Amino acid sequence: MKNLALLILTVFILGACSNSSNKQGGEKAGTSKVTLTAAGATFPMPYYNMVFKNYTSEFGTLLTYGGIGSGGGIRSLTDKVVDFGATDAYLSDAKLAEMPAEVVHIPTVLGAVVIAYNLPGVDGLKLSNELLEKIFMGEITNWNDAAIKANNEGLALPDMEITFVHRSDGSGTTYIFSDYMTKISTKWADAVGTGKSLQWPVGMGAKGNPGVAGTISQTEGAIGYIGSEYAFAQKIQTALVQNSAGNYIEPSIASVSAAAKGEIPADTRIMLTNSADPESYPISGFTWIILYKEQNYDGRAKDQALATVTFLDWLVSADAQGQAEKVHYAPLPDAAAEKAKAILRSVTFDGQPLLK
Amino acid sequence: MELGKLPEKQFSQLLKVHQMNSDKITKGVLLLSSFVILFVAGGMIFSLVEGAIPALKSFGLSFIWSNNWNPTEGKENYGALPFIAGTIITSVAALLISLPLSFSVSLFLGEYYRGTRIAKILGTMVDLLAGIPSIVYGLWGFYVLRPLLIDLGLPNQGFGIFTASIILAIMIIPYATSLSNEIITMVPNELKEAAYSLGATRSEVIFNVVVPSARSGIIAGYILSFGRALGETMAVTMLIGNANIVPDGFFSTGNTMASVIANQFGEADGLKLSSLIAIGLLLFLITGIINAIGKYIIKRMG
Repeated sequence: MKNLALLILTVFILGACSNSSNKQGGEKAGTSKVTLTAAGATFPMPYYNMVFKNYTSEFGTLLTYGGIGSGGGIRSLTDKVVDFGATDAYLSDAKLAEMPAEVVHIPTVLGAVVIAYNLPGVDGLKLSNELLEKIFMGEITNWNDAAIKANNEGLALPDMEITFVHRSDGSGTTYIFSDYMTKISTKWADAVGTGKSLQWPVGMGAKGNPGVAGTISQTEGAIGYIGSEYAFAQKIQTALVQNSAGNYIEPSIASVSAAAKGEIPADTRIMLTNSADPESYPISGFTWIILYKEQNYDGRAKDQALATVTFLDWLVSADAQGQAEKVHYAPLPDAAAEKAKAILRSVTFDGQPLLK
Repeated sequence: MELGKLPEKQFSQLLKVHQMNSDKITKGVLLLSSFVILFVAGGMIFSLVEGAIPALKSFGLSFIWSNNWNPTEGKENYGALPFIAGTIITSVAALLISLPLSFSVSLFLGEYYRGTRIAKILGTMVDLLAGIPSIVYGLWGFYVLRPLLIDLGLPNQGFGIFTASIILAIMIIPYATSLSNEIITMVPNELKEAAYSLGATRSEVIFNVVVPSARSGIIAGYILSFGRALGETMAVTMLIGNANIVPDGFFSTGNTMASVIANQFGEADGLKLSSLIAIGLLLFLITGIINAIGKYIIKRMG
């Protein structure tokens, strides 16, 4: 028994020693090697995973990213347990006021929501705003409906029930999709609205992009919305969507990027859905990184703050943006990247800008 | 000092002290571990109640029977009825579907073919069913069972309460079977021999001697499996259709309490998060009540 007690004591002491030595080591190493922690949206995860790893191997700064969802990213930043958070929906004015300090948004990349469907032999389905409203509100229930036929001359539309598959989990993908629907349809705006999860008029839910994509591919006559990064990688059958100029646009890296060509506010908080650009795919959007404008909080070291903004400055540079297409995201247009850089230059430590 | 050289009296005293110490230490360790369990369980209830308070404050008790689940900002309203209904319907249906199957299998294993090779193989297979992760059941249901049901003309593309119930039934079979089987095996041979010697047939022995004396154990097995069906998440999520509505029929889509929590927890905050925690609390209460009823039945029958 004595031996056991001694053993336990030894373990405790050793544990305490290694703890304290870790702390000392951490502070010392802070000058040479910084670890940045981030968490948030799952939508940009494939892109972040790739560029974060590349940055670490190139510049030595260690980066970890937890894909816990946009809501989790905002919570983590509020609790100050991460260096920066990530979100697919920008913080509303009310939400910004709730945060413990001023928060800035950095757009990092563009993505889109595609309308995927499963109709063997029917390629290039064109969906007008009116059709989208009627299908997703449950007013059109069969693929051979006259309204769909009139809009898609030459396509052999079968006599088949339409099954709408939506997300069952809360998601930034749903937010962008419903934001677009709210803009193009007053009926949708009144009955459903915009949100990360909704009260759906029709359809069934599946979990995550893989769940929705899997259900659609297994179900003839199904239609649903999927994050473009997933749909492009899986080469899923997608519909052409009518944009605000009246053109039917196929979702692609170029047409998604075009959505951000218009005027962007200085704080970059804008939903790009239903963009005015005639070449743009209308269900596109930014994803953002959020961080505190004043980086000296909670006793953060200046090195830590500097490493954070240096990394983010790299993330919006051509170097990182050039890698976006590899994982099926659209890079920021130059104007948007310039705005992001300007915001990063407004981030301070003790009131002094960190970047020049 | 070596023990062997000690005077006998001193030695036995030392031994006694040592024994007393080890007794005390054992007692202390046991007490501590019991308290840890108590503390963890208590802490869970406390945090569930604490997290659920905002939702219960906003909606009151009508949270339980309101069927309006609307997470849209500005129109936020949460009611748990769709999920309570989905959970109870799927679990009861699963229990009813699995009842004849698991009852026959346990009789087969514990009575008719007891100790034979085929019983051993079958017994292992049943135990194996219990070891399959629920996501695998979900995948099987999604890729095999659902297309089959579509061919049979089931609406909603094979998703819904009925499909989820079938999967749940298969998942809970091993729980009900192995417990009933064990209890049936434990029925004393003397009882059965006595019945045979009175001229009873085999089926008379089974239904008049074996089943009545194993009754409480069999019921305990079904209650255990019902509890498992209530809390099952992944396989149900993949098949029930995840529509947050009170099911209007046995083939309608729906959702369960565990499934909606798993689905929506990630992006939830504020009132929605609190409502999900309140659903967790309700699920906890329902499971507790079911267990209590089970214990009461077993006690009364035992």
